[in-house]
Amino acid sequence: MSLFQIKSIRIKLLRVKASIATLALAASASALLLPAVHAAATEADFTAAYAAAEAANKEAGALRDQWTTTKTELDAAKKAADSGNFDQAVASAKEAEALAKASIDQATSEKDAWKALAIH
Amino acid sequence: MSVQSTIRLASIAFAAAGAAVAALFLIGPSAHAADKIDPAADAKAFQKYFTDKFPQLKLKDFVNGPYSMNEDMRKQWEEKEEFPPYEFALEAGKEMFTKPFKNGKTYADCFPNGGIGIRQNYPYFDQKEGKVVTLELALNQCREANGEAPISYVKDDMAALTAYMAYTSRGKPFDIKIPDDPRALQAFEDGKRYFYTRRGQLNFSCASCHVQNAGQRIRAETLAPALGILNAMPIYRSEWGSMGTTSRRFVTCNIQTRGVPLEPQSDEYRNLEYYLSYVSNGLPISGPGARP
Repeated sequence: MSLFQIKSIRIKLLRVKASIATLALAASASALLLPAVHAAATEADFTAAYAAAEAANKEAGALRDQWTTTKTELDAAKKAADSGNFDQAVASAKEAEALAKASIDQATSEKDAWKALAIH
Repeated sequence: MSVQSTIRLASIAFAAAGAAVAALFLIGPSAHAADKIDPAADAKAFQKYFTDKFPQLKLKDFVNGPYSMNEDMRKQWEEKEEFPPYEFALEAGKEMFTKPFKNGKTYADCFPNGGIGIRQNYPYFDQKEGKVVTLELALNQCREANGEAPISYVKDDMAALTAYMAYTSRGKPFDIKIPDDPRALQAFEDGKRYFYTRRGQLNFSCASCHVQNAGQRIRAETLAPALGILNAMPIYRSEWGSMGTTSRRFVTCNIQTRGVPLEPQSDEYRNLEYYLSYVSNGLPISGPGARP
């Protein structure tokens, strides 16, 4: 075996080692990250998210500006929770809260903004 | 500083102060005028907006909604009027109107002129109650005063009754009164605010469709101008496949913007009807109507 061939084999071995190290690093990073991303939501998470969404929607109701889509998401959250799918239930409840908050913003800004549309 | 220049400075200061006070007096009332509730000026501006936007239409044509917008639509309407889809409701309404309640009285006993030819005066502001009273509300008040259960504001019986009452008033110009009462003026203003306020997830106001986009298409529909829109109520809508009252129209409009509708005959809807009817004063009653 020539010196050139030995060097070439060593370089290949080093590359394989580097790839293995990269894979190991990626695997350990995934092992660290995955549990955080996929942590299953609990019933308590749903209860808290649903209560927050309901409170925001109630506030929108007091402003006489609830959205039908908020109710759709609230219903979807409840249905998912009833079937034990708390991940989906929390996601729907958070969507409902975001919609309710947007409707509150709309009602608040429209308190004066409507005048800009009025025919004078 | 000499006495003379002191006097000159003092007189300049006085003059400036005087000018400022005068300016305040001049500016004050006009600044107030912008916020003043002036229904007559609003109605004039409202009608001018639409007659300027659609110069080819006569004022009275606005009561035909989308059917007044072009020749094709007008022909459709003329053909529909030969066998109008609201005819059954009209007959049912007449029968209901004349049929005595259990106590022997009829609707005619609750209304001026026996309820005939009076549609153009509704809604009115009831100074005793301090609120707007619509025709639909007055009909249920009549029922309750005579020991009958109220009927749904959005369903067929109410549409039939108001169809008959509108029919007996056809051609009479809307004549909505706003008494010299701050509560009546506020009701008008609240109705105006509701009309222009954006709501629902689609962020539409009533005006978005029926002022800014009147005459334009939204999918297959031609949007009716807000001017004269209530003169044709109640209506048979092909889209609904049935008759609908003013209450039904408001509720469905809200739902179409993805907003939760208010309860029929809520204060907001009553005020909205008051505003929209008043700004159409002078235009003839054309109800019951038919719409696509």
